[in-house]
This record gives sequence, C-alpha cells and structure tokens, in this order.
Amino acid sequence: MYTRLKSVVFLAALIPLALGIWDGFHDALGANPVEEITFRSGRWTLRFLLITLAITPLRKCTGWNGIIRLRRMLGLYAFFYACLHLTTYLWLDQYFSLTDILEDISKRRYIFAGFGTFLLLLPLALTSTHGMQKRLGGRRWKQLHQLIYIAAGTALLHFLWLTKADYRDPLIYLCILTALYILRLPALEPLITRRR
Amino acid sequence: MLIKKNVSIKSSEITPESIYLDRRRFIQGGVGAALAATLPGSLATAASRYSTTEEQTSLKDITRYNNFYELGTGKGDPALNAGRLHTSPWSIAVSGACEHPGNYDLDELIKPEAIEDRVYRLRCVEAWSMVIPWQGVPLGKILKRFAPTSKARYVAFRTLLRPAEMPGQRRDILPWPYREGLRMDEAMHPLTLLATGLYGKELPNQNGAPIRLVVPWKYGFKSIKSIVSIEFTETEPATTWNLKGPDEYGFYANVNPAVDHPRWSQKKERRIGDIFKRPTLPFNGYAEEVASLYAGMDLQKYY
Repeated sequence: MYTRLKSVVFLAALIPLALGIWDGFHDALGANPVEEITFRSGRWTLRFLLITLAITPLRKCTGWNGIIRLRRMLGLYAFFYACLHLTTYLWLDQYFSLTDILEDISKRRYIFAGFGTFLLLLPLALTSTHGMQKRLGGRRWKQLHQLIYIAAGTALLHFLWLTKADYRDPLIYLCILTALYILRLPALEPLITRRR
Repeated sequence: MLIKKNVSIKSSEITPESIYLDRRRFIQGGVGAALAATLPGSLATAASRYSTTEEQTSLKDITRYNNFYELGTGKGDPALNAGRLHTSPWSIAVSGACEHPGNYDLDELIKPEAIEDRVYRLRCVEAWSMVIPWQGVPLGKILKRFAPTSKARYVAFRTLLRPAEMPGQRRDILPWPYREGLRMDEAMHPLTLLATGLYGKELPNQNGAPIRLVVPWKYGFKSIKSIVSIEFTETEPATTWNLKGPDEYGFYANVNPAVDHPRWSQKKERRIGDIFKRPTLPFNGYAEEVASLYAGMDLQKYY
C-alpha cells in the first residue's frame, strides 16, 4: 500500500516543475521568466519544508503512523526545489559571477539567509539515506536532522527580508510555521495526540 | 490586455488606422504639414531627437508586467484589475505657487499641445528595464501655462485615490494616495514627459491612464501614474516610496549603478525579453542630457 502511496506523492510533487516547464514553452511565465522561475522554486521550497514539518503533528493528530514514511521524500523535494532556486540565482541571475555573488552574500541579509538555508539543508539531504542513518546512529542522526527547524526559519526570514511592501504572503507562511512549532510543545502533546 | 475606448471621441473624428499607420509617408510627402494640423491631437505625433533606436519591448510585455500597487502588488495584477478603473471624465487640480491654479479638464490641458513620440528606456528600481514608445507632451510646456511663481521650487504630483475602483488602495500597503515630486529644473527638462499614449494608442489603465509622468533618467517609481493633482511647492514634497523606506528610496532616485539599493545591486539590469542581465548606465543612459542638473551634488548622499 505504501509503495503505491509513495509513487503518487512522488509524482504529485513533480507537478510544480512540470507546470513550470509547460508554462515556459507556452509563454506563460510572464514578461520576466527568470524572476517567475525564482519566485516559484522559492515558494515550493518553503511549501515542502512546511509540509515536511507537518508530518509529525499530522501523525499525532490522526494516529496514522504510516504517514511518516512519506517524510524523507517530502524533505528531499524541499531540497530539490531549493537546488532549482539556487541554480536560477547563480546562473540566470548572476551568470556565475563570483565577485557579484560574494558581494551579494556579504551585503544583503536576505541573500545571506537564503544561502544559509541551503547550507543547512545540504547535510540533511546528504544523510537522508538508510545507510547514512545507520552510520550516524539513530540519536545523532535525529539531532542533526533537527536542523530543519532552523532551516525553515531562515527560509522564512529570506522571504520576509526580500519583500518590498506587501507582507501578506510571507506573513501567511509565518503563521503556518509558527503553528507547526507550537504543535511540538510538550505541553500540547496530550491534547493533540489521538489515543488508539 | 485592456485598452479602454474613449467614448467622448466621435467615430467621425477617429483617423482610419491605415492612414494613421501611413502618417510618416503623408508628412514626408509634403501635403503632411497642413494635413497633420487637422488630425486629432492624440494621434498626430512627431518624432523626437530624444528617442532611442533600441529594440522596443513588446506591447504585450509592457501591458502585462506592471508595478501599479493601486491595482494589485503582483506584476500581472494591474492588467487583471485594469477594467475596474474609469478614467473619463478626468481632471487635474493645479495648486500652489502659480498664477493660474484651478481644476483643468484633461482635454483642456492636452489638446493645445502637439503630441510627441518618445521612445525611452525605463529602468525600474527592481533591476529590470524596458524600451517603451510613449506619446505625450513635455511636462515643461504644460507647467509653463500655469505660470509658476518664483516660489515654485518643486512640483508635487498625486495619483487618483479611489479605493472602489483601485482594489490595492483598500489595503494598507503604501500611504495612499501615491505621491511623487520633482525639482523644478527636472520638471522643466525637455526629456520629462507627460504621457497619454503607448504604441500609438490610448494609454492602457495598467500603465497609468489617462495621464502619467515619464522621467527616463530616474527609477520607474518616480514616473507617477494616473495623475489628478499638480502642486507647485517651495519645499521638497514628501514622496510615497521615500516615506515607506527612506534608506531605500530617495527623493532624487536617479538611475545610478554606483549606488546600490540596500537589498540588491543596481549595477546590472534585466531588459525584459532577455535572460541575462546587462550593465546599468548612469542616469539610465541620459547622462549627456541631465548630468549637469546635479553638478556638485553628492549622488551617494542624494540617491
């Protein structure tokens, strides 16, 4: 059953990419396609981070323990869209100009937060395999993967800091992230956990 | 794309498109001068030595990628919401240090002037740019008719405030109404244009219909849209983005690759239609015409 569910989720998570490619070939990315690709890949990174963080609370609320099997894939999709986002910036926006990129990182806090997020996600992606999980040992692996809490926060800071005037969208994401943090408070555990 | 039809024009007054498209041949043919005088003001246009010959951005892109927060903050929102805005009738309130203040109907302001073609580069503060064929009247020609007094050192503009037709104004994104201003010498400069048309047609609502400012050597946010008020002032007027973020958006806002926006570099820009960026030029390539206006000024300080 879970193999089929995983296949469905695997394909569903590729829909944003497929839509982007489709739109790219049909002049539907607007007048500034590079900006649109940057926005879309960035938003999908954040969305997949939030979806990944929602798995544990969802498992507790519903009592559906199997859902945890989707978590690694969802986290890897966050990393996948982050790679697309970063590549768009490095290549299409900065054309691999190292001096411009370094200046951007050192001068602009939202770029710094963006790079920081990627560097936090990188070790999580690299240690996501069963093999690495065993080599690190369960406890250390778990500790390392708590970096996602920081990464989601820095991703959101990146979004807030690049916003010019209309804060509605980043604030919606902030509310969701805050809720996902709060749901993890030990005091709430007995309230949200569904007894079987 | 939405272009509003102006209902006040009789169909008999409208130049057939074939004749309109052929206007240069008419004018070159010798009979032009007399004939051009009989054409409706909004269509008889003259070329300008200030126009660039660079490849023009497509009408589609100019009208679907807009920063006009009154009609929504997404780049595509202004085109989607454009139909809600009604721009006829339209009048402009002229006030402050001048001898002829009052409410002027738009036609009354524009009709006496010759409409000129101006193909200008537009550089947005967000590091993208376009090349846009405007039609309009040099602002200075119109301002002179109000006879500004010696106290008029600046000119302040305001955009229409009408939340019922401009959904963006129902949210507290910027201090409404949108305000902009120029120093008097900037306003009188022959490059500074009051635009009423785009690509030979009436200005679409998302581009600031029915009348907007175009100051090609400054970042786009200086070129205020849908103007309803012009005021001559003695002191520097407050301007919207400067109120919102004084360290990010200055009063002068001259295009300057040497002064970065705090959150992004201004060294390069993406010309809409291109993938990769190109270098940004001082004063957006109009340094020869306007650099002298700022002689002796510290442009790092007065950004």
